[in-house]
Amino acid sequence: MFKIVEKRQLNAQVTLMTIEAPFIAKKVEAGQFVIIRIDEKGERIPLTVEDFDRENGTVSIVFQAVGYSTRRLAALSVGDSISDVVGPLGKPTEFGAPKKAIVIGGGVGCAIAYPQAKALYNMGAEVTVIAGFRNKDIVILEEEMKKVSSKTFITTDDGSYGEKGFVTDVLKRLLGEDTYDLVIAIGPIPMMKFVSLATKEFGVKTIVSLNPIMIDGTGMCGGCRVSVGGETKFACVDGPDFDGHLVDFDSLMLRNTGYKAEEEHACKMGGF
Amino acid sequence: MANMSNVKTPAKEQEPNIRNKNFDEVVSTYSEAEAISEAQRCLNCKNPKCVEGCPVNVRIPEFIGEVAKGNFSAAYKIIAKTNSLPAVCGRVCPQETQCEGKCVRAIKGESVAVGRLERFVADWHLKNETDLPETIKPNGKKVAVIGAGPAGLSCAGDLAKLGYSVTVFEALHTAGGVLSYGIPEFRLPKSIVKAEVEALEKLGVQIKTDMVIGKVLSIDELFDMDFKAVFIGSGAGLPSFMGIEGENSLGVYSANEFLTRINLMKAYDDTYDTPIKKVNSVAVVGGGNVAMDAARCAKRLGAENVYIVYRRSETEMPARAEEVHHAKQEGIEFKTLTNPVRIISDDRGQVQKLECVRTQLTEVDEKGRRKAQTIEGSNFTFDVDSVIMAIGTSPNPLIRTTTSGIVANARGCLVVNEGMETSKQGVYAGGDTVTGAATVILAMGAGKRAAQSIHEFLSK
Repeated sequence: MFKIVEKRQLNAQVTLMTIEAPFIAKKVEAGQFVIIRIDEKGERIPLTVEDFDRENGTVSIVFQAVGYSTRRLAALSVGDSISDVVGPLGKPTEFGAPKKAIVIGGGVGCAIAYPQAKALYNMGAEVTVIAGFRNKDIVILEEEMKKVSSKTFITTDDGSYGEKGFVTDVLKRLLGEDTYDLVIAIGPIPMMKFVSLATKEFGVKTIVSLNPIMIDGTGMCGGCRVSVGGETKFACVDGPDFDGHLVDFDSLMLRNTGYKAEEEHACKMGGF
Repeated sequence: MANMSNVKTPAKEQEPNIRNKNFDEVVSTYSEAEAISEAQRCLNCKNPKCVEGCPVNVRIPEFIGEVAKGNFSAAYKIIAKTNSLPAVCGRVCPQETQCEGKCVRAIKGESVAVGRLERFVADWHLKNETDLPETIKPNGKKVAVIGAGPAGLSCAGDLAKLGYSVTVFEALHTAGGVLSYGIPEFRLPKSIVKAEVEALEKLGVQIKTDMVIGKVLSIDELFDMDFKAVFIGSGAGLPSFMGIEGENSLGVYSANEFLTRINLMKAYDDTYDTPIKKVNSVAVVGGGNVAMDAARCAKRLGAENVYIVYRRSETEMPARAEEVHHAKQEGIEFKTLTNPVRIISDDRGQVQKLECVRTQLTEVDEKGRRKAQTIEGSNFTFDVDSVIMAIGTSPNPLIRTTTSGIVANARGCLVVNEGMETSKQGVYAGGDTVTGAATVILAMGAGKRAAQSIHEFLSK
């Protein structure tokens, strides 16, 4: 059993939870994920690790309560225990040694973009963060992201906060003004797709973190297969990070709609 | 008095048209009277070929002799000496190519039903006897076993009996490996797997679930934690796909995914949260036990048409004869000498049709296999809403890619010597991770051999 030691609402639907998982906390790196099973009858939910504390033996996850299982998870409180937490799964992000990087988060994806920005910042890179949201009410982690970047841009679809527009509007402007050697994009699939299209024009290396449907997370089910550069890859063991210029986003989008009808009953991917 | 009937004592089975709508066990265990009667068919050969046919050399005529006399407890003790999972083996072993294939009674008629008798004895034991904690003298040495499947569990059991302190690390949330996620309830009830695992725990084996070795701990770290030897039984978990057009369409699954949703996550039971798609017309590609399991599960989920699509003929199918027979009885349609070339989907990406070609078999080649040759221009399509790929698996790379000094071959299988030792000292391996996808009993045999080698290594 894995005990919940902290729970914080980041916005009305997005929850941060810190869980005691000492073995995982010791090993996990930015970009990796865990799989959570609430109880005996629960499904296995993959969630990227938002933060970790090696000393205290905890990992934090951030998820949006959009389906049955993420709503059940959000209903748990500090002191409750989760039946299973397994990880760290997937490969850590391979940052290389960038000097100037842009980290882009879309919605709840900011929870995963934040540790990436933090890792780059700690490596000594100059980090610019672009965070996009639908509106002002769902802005999350703004202060945290500001702390690990030299510039932070917030966009909202309706203009209720920051700049009105999409993250790609800011991205294109920045890429036109200056030279960057890395872009990391984490968020909804269409956002990652259009970020990758934009950076391709400028020839900037782009890493995206994918979130396909999966069960075991160890390479066994093949449910998370994605086409990358014409080859079939398993996001759980070959990813979840991939070169954004090579990912077939359209096929990924299609595969992620596979359980839409069942989503009311149980949502596999509430975490991103 | 010997029973000279030329056929096996029949085991009760659920009617095909009833059982293909439920997940309850298909075949019943013999009653005591049926078991005694069948046991009397054994001629107790002086030179028992059946024992040679068994990968773990169960002393078959001896245990059957006890069954014939009604001494079921004595029979169990004989089996348990060499087989740590008898209730499992009695159900899932390919007996027709092992013990029963060598039985002299099979020359004129049917062999003795060794599998059914083993199952009877194991079930009788589970029902009537409580395992008393054996008086094992601990030797104070720690051994780590990676993977709680058939190889790992049998290795762990043998080492525990020798006095080792054994910890089994399992990546999933439940022990059992393929016995839990792969083989369906109607062929191997999960309560049996649970009971067998609990029997090992009573021997002192510790099972740690949710531990993905290679990720959360490396093999070198296990040695740092004072484990003196490591056994890798991490299986052949990675599913293969055909690489044909349309394979990423909605409604295409690996058999692993389909079976894991059903068996491990119990998606067929509404009280569990994991979803499974409603299937109506399903093509299962492959001819092994996994293909039969997937097809029979699809039928039980309510599919009207379920097809087995196999590129060779029925004679070449690797599945157990009983599974093929049961599948046919349950209404699974066999399309043999047929190979898929393309999956056609609608504008929403949902599978609509499977395009196949007809094949013909070549003469037997030097390896004794007949190859399937495409008949050009024989393409045809049929309507399906789901395609399940059951064409094999390869070893999981998690351990070999995270451990230095472990040699694998071109197919990713770990290389071991006769004593199951890998190229890294103190690290042993066995089961599908060494052989590629094979059977439960071969994995168990490998686990046992490794346990013996580990014992020799640590006794030096």
